[in-house]
Amino acid sequence: MANMTNLYDSSKCTACRACQVACKNWNQLPAVIEPFKGNYQTHESTNGNTYTIVKMTEHEDVLDGVQWKFAKIQCMHCLDPACMKVCPRGAYSKTETGATIHDPDKCIGCQYCTYACPFEIPKYNKRLDKVTKCTLCADRTAEGLQPACVTTCPVGALTYGNRHELLAQAEERVKFLRANGFPKATIYGRLELGGLNKLYILTDTPDKFGLPAHPQEYGSMNFWQNWVQPYFGWLIPLALAGSAVSFVTTRILANKEDGHGEGGHM
Amino acid sequence: MGGKSMNSKVTRRQFLKGGGATFAALSVTSTLGFDHSATAAAVKELRIKNVTPTPTVCPYCGSGCGLVVYSERKNGKFVRLLSVVGDPDNPVNQGRACPKGSAMFNLREIYDPHSGEQIINPKRVPKPLYRAAGSDKWEEKDWDWMLSEIAKRVKDTRDNSFEHKEKLPNGREITVNRTEKIASIGGSALDNEECYLLSKMMRSLGVVYLETQARLCHSPSVGGLAPSFGRGVMTNHMIDMKNTNCALIMGSNMAETHPIGMKWLTEGRQDPRRQTKIISVDPRFTRTAAVADLYCPMRSGTDIAFLGGMINYILENNLYHKEYVVNYTNAAFLVRDDFDFKDGLFSGWDDGNNKYDVSSWDYKYDENSNILKDESLQDPRCVFQLMKKHYQRYDIDTVCRITGSPRNKYLEVLKMFCATGAPDKTACICYAMGITQHTVGSENIRAFAIVQLLLGNIGRPGGGINALRGENNVQGATDMALLYQYLPAYIDSPVASDDYKDLISYIRKTTPGAAKLPFNNLEEFRALVQGGIKNSGWRVHTSKWIVSLLKAWYGDAARADNDFAYDYLPKRVAGKNYSHIALFEAMYNGEIEGLFINGSNPVVGGPNANKEQEALTKLKWVVCIDLWLHETAEFWTYKAWERPVENEKVKKITPRDIATEAFFLPAAAVYEKEGTAASTGRVVQFRWKGADPVGESKADLWIYNELAKKIRELYAGSKRPDDEPITRLTWDYDGHPGADEPDVLKVANELCGFNVADGKPVEGFAKLKDDGSTTCGCWVYCGATTWEKGKFVYKTQKREKDDPSGLGLYPNWAWCWPMNRRIVYNRCSVQPDGVTPWPGDDDRRLVWWDAGKIADPSKADGLGCWTGIDVPDMIKTTGPDKAAFKDPFIMRPEGKGCLFAAKTSMKDGPFPEHYEPWESPLQPILNKRAVNPASTVFEPDKLGTSEQYPIIGTTFRLVEHWQTGALTRNLPWLAELMPDMFVELSEELAKEKSIKNGGKVIVSTTRGDIEAVACVTKRVKPFTLDGKTVHEIAISWQYGFKGYATGDPANRLTPHIGDANTVCPEYKAFLCDIRRA
Repeated sequence: MANMTNLYDSSKCTACRACQVACKNWNQLPAVIEPFKGNYQTHESTNGNTYTIVKMTEHEDVLDGVQWKFAKIQCMHCLDPACMKVCPRGAYSKTETGATIHDPDKCIGCQYCTYACPFEIPKYNKRLDKVTKCTLCADRTAEGLQPACVTTCPVGALTYGNRHELLAQAEERVKFLRANGFPKATIYGRLELGGLNKLYILTDTPDKFGLPAHPQEYGSMNFWQNWVQPYFGWLIPLALAGSAVSFVTTRILANKEDGHGEGGHM
Repeated sequence: MGGKSMNSKVTRRQFLKGGGATFAALSVTSTLGFDHSATAAAVKELRIKNVTPTPTVCPYCGSGCGLVVYSERKNGKFVRLLSVVGDPDNPVNQGRACPKGSAMFNLREIYDPHSGEQIINPKRVPKPLYRAAGSDKWEEKDWDWMLSEIAKRVKDTRDNSFEHKEKLPNGREITVNRTEKIASIGGSALDNEECYLLSKMMRSLGVVYLETQARLCHSPSVGGLAPSFGRGVMTNHMIDMKNTNCALIMGSNMAETHPIGMKWLTEGRQDPRRQTKIISVDPRFTRTAAVADLYCPMRSGTDIAFLGGMINYILENNLYHKEYVVNYTNAAFLVRDDFDFKDGLFSGWDDGNNKYDVSSWDYKYDENSNILKDESLQDPRCVFQLMKKHYQRYDIDTVCRITGSPRNKYLEVLKMFCATGAPDKTACICYAMGITQHTVGSENIRAFAIVQLLLGNIGRPGGGINALRGENNVQGATDMALLYQYLPAYIDSPVASDDYKDLISYIRKTTPGAAKLPFNNLEEFRALVQGGIKNSGWRVHTSKWIVSLLKAWYGDAARADNDFAYDYLPKRVAGKNYSHIALFEAMYNGEIEGLFINGSNPVVGGPNANKEQEALTKLKWVVCIDLWLHETAEFWTYKAWERPVENEKVKKITPRDIATEAFFLPAAAVYEKEGTAASTGRVVQFRWKGADPVGESKADLWIYNELAKKIRELYAGSKRPDDEPITRLTWDYDGHPGADEPDVLKVANELCGFNVADGKPVEGFAKLKDDGSTTCGCWVYCGATTWEKGKFVYKTQKREKDDPSGLGLYPNWAWCWPMNRRIVYNRCSVQPDGVTPWPGDDDRRLVWWDAGKIADPSKADGLGCWTGIDVPDMIKTTGPDKAAFKDPFIMRPEGKGCLFAAKTSMKDGPFPEHYEPWESPLQPILNKRAVNPASTVFEPDKLGTSEQYPIIGTTFRLVEHWQTGALTRNLPWLAELMPDMFVELSEELAKEKSIKNGGKVIVSTTRGDIEAVACVTKRVKPFTLDGKTVHEIAISWQYGFKGYATGDPANRLTPHIGDANTVCPEYKAFLCDIRRA
């Protein structure tokens, strides 16, 4: 089956973050209330209860004046995902349509994937003791629905569809934007990391949106994949024994914090 | 009030199987003729039992987006909420929803952050609460106790303050039936039927201090649009924005306040026929500016300078739509020779009384009362030439000195927008609070009207002035007259003066052109109407509206021989203002005893909130009806009086010293009840009940119905004439025997109108009578009900998705007032001949004259009638043989769009003139007056000077919150997006004041101080005004001390002064100072 993907058009997005709320509504996720730190983008990154955020970045130059760039960030569903390579339990898999899926039943909460991801997307959810992330709404798309974020986006900045077709659409759009005031407009996600299963139409270079211009897997990845992962079964008892003490103490501390954890603002 | 845990969470997988978020057939239980097949999207039969989708309409802004509530039901009984998402069938949003709409689930239920379980939102109030005088806590009470006690308070206060008769200065005694000691505010978030009952109940009690949120937001829209076009409404509608060539978003941050509008502009951008351009004019670079084609900064409070320059540019460069201007506006009308303008004052200024004698602001007439005209537009006394002269002073350089706009950006705006004067182009203006909340609010909108009339942009698709209403039913609340100066549907509320002493006087006063006509009774008046009254317009029918209203309210007690019980209506004191600011000033002075707060939060939202909060402590009793214990409900708590700095001018009061008794009545949320809401585009949509109310909370309709019944019980048997307005009132809204809820359709039937003889709906306001044979509670809604196949039909429930024209009119989706006209003044979409589209604009022709069609075969009207893809906003039979054939503005006496607002239309001038805000850093440049001379100054001692307060302050909204935040700050999914109150300032000012991004600051004015988080941003820049640098800061005003997201209310800073015409507070421009906390 063809790769199905999301195309995000930054020239349309108003950063209303309906996508973020719709995602929580669908995935039944609680709010994570943190103090306002001087930027509309209240969550600096995704977290265990927040699978998608919108990055908001200000720029100013003589030519264009002030610019405020928005980019919806979530799991990129890389065609060749680093998380999948590092997961010791094989909790990650690819669906037929290209979504990177994480199986909570297999996840042991080791969080290696959170360090391996070039976009720092998967996050550890303390309450569940699992890593969580965007599923590209695989449960919805399997039923013929679109992802929750796409369905809700008020301005239609998100489109769900066949990756090839969306790429063609994106090319047309970028051509138009380049001729209409955005000479640096570009597509993001076509080639990065061998291709992402989330595509972006950007009105400027990726760095203006807080996106890594050349995302890279970490150097240790090959070592990990070739040496550690195959022998993981052997390593688990060792690792467990080695970290038993710290494991227990961490848990005690974590439990103590629970009382005023995520809902600290309430 | 701990949240109740649900036994188990429905997995998304189950839910999908159970109906999917979007693809289920809506199975609204309907005995109302709800068309199942028309709920389309009903494709996939994924439904399992127990999952019920119910359509509703979003309770936030006025866009009117549809939502679907998915709930689990067993044996017809509600079990729990599953999800709330955009309604795919609703044409306004087509399944989309902004963050507030997407978070609608939280209105009732949330996911607990610790357990992850689905629980009832713990901030909802499950039981009625009472706070005794001097107490520092709430006590739970039952409904019967609460309503009985409130009814007693109402009776006590009314009876000890009631004025039955008043002696006028001329010695005549007239019936006034009024109490000034009870006040009511709020209601714009209620359903129409609820607003109607509230309006009716309050007026029967004699309440004249009757106000709603419209005063604080769009009262100047009515104040500026009605004198220009005849109605105070948004001319077009949300979907129509896709038809525009250019949108000027000025005084609105539409991407944040009306997100779905951006959807339609985005569609226009992608349509090769339109290639829509978006212009954002705003003091700061917003999320709207971020996606606009052009952004131009402008200092707060200088809109008329900005637009006056635009008018001048259009006229100097001959960019106006000539054919349109000559035929459809009053450009050619000659104005009296004594009309003049000098040094910032129009002729007729009375310095002693601080107001204008407007007699010179009038046209010239011939001996037969025909207005004199010069269609060549050359006569120096014609409106066109006078206007040209008036705006000559507004050259680009002068404008930019005042507005602080960069010259090149301003010029770009002028070029881009004014290009739409071409006959094949249309442009719309989208505005909201940035325009209205000024001492010149109404005149700001008049300036829009002039621009749009000159460019030929009114009455056409993609054109118009889009007054973006910010409350889901503020349009309806205004229609139902929750404003002191109107009765339902914009007819004057009576005043204690000779002009209103009886019904005939009232008709003479309120019917344009009737003042000097010879009639002494209704029969004589009818004969005159039959013969045609000059310069009257459609308002010639006012007698039918008032009599039908009185019949609706007083039934059999309203008879021809008693003026249809006209005397029962409360008459307000002549010349007295009862608007929001005046109301709170009166309360502050101890003149008001009891207050109803109907879903309103003035402790956050009222201007000079410190004072308004203190005013509440002077009340004897207050009734607060709401979902949440918001800041106003808890104004008497310790927390409410905490302030960030000691300020001797701001009082600190403890609960013990507050003797106000407080009654809190927990209300049901929007999807826990049913009724209609009028969107900003006048589309009245029904919302069905999708969930049970939380705890014992009740629909407002139930609350008003039960309360009115309790009050009437107390007055039952009274023979006093004072009490007749209550004892004779019609009040029969109970549901079928045994039902707890009142019957919303009974209310609808009365407010839309029925024939007395058979009780069947009146099929349109043209059929209303002034002989007592029809009733109608709100004449503009007449036509929304009908009788089909033996059944009562409320057209607001229609859900047909056809759009034959492709222009987004959706004529069979719900119902739109007036008479389902989706774009008003649509006669303007064809050339004066009534047939030909404007050159090159064939696909935007809405209506036309069909010479071969018969309007009504049952009548002998002859051939010819108006027809079209929209319902013509014309009397159908007005053909080329009649003078009114070229009069598209049927609600104006002149029939034309008014470049010049004649006579009593405006209090501060027939042409908009720039005046500085009350608090301004700049000396006047264009004229010799600083502030609008006609504005009432309530607190002269609170005027801040630029020496002490050198920084301009303004307030703004966020897409993540709504109004005072009472709803949204209690929803965790929104609180996390915008968790704290903050103030935006430039990097330059931050450096000057050593303020760090994310640090705490104090902002101060003469009214008080607030603490906020600093948001230091490139998006705010200092202005260069007349050569000097002036800083402006912008404060998010949607916070208070309650809820999940908190902060000081910004309105503790704003002044008690308002628009000269409507007293809408000047929230948007004041002087302040800022420092590190």
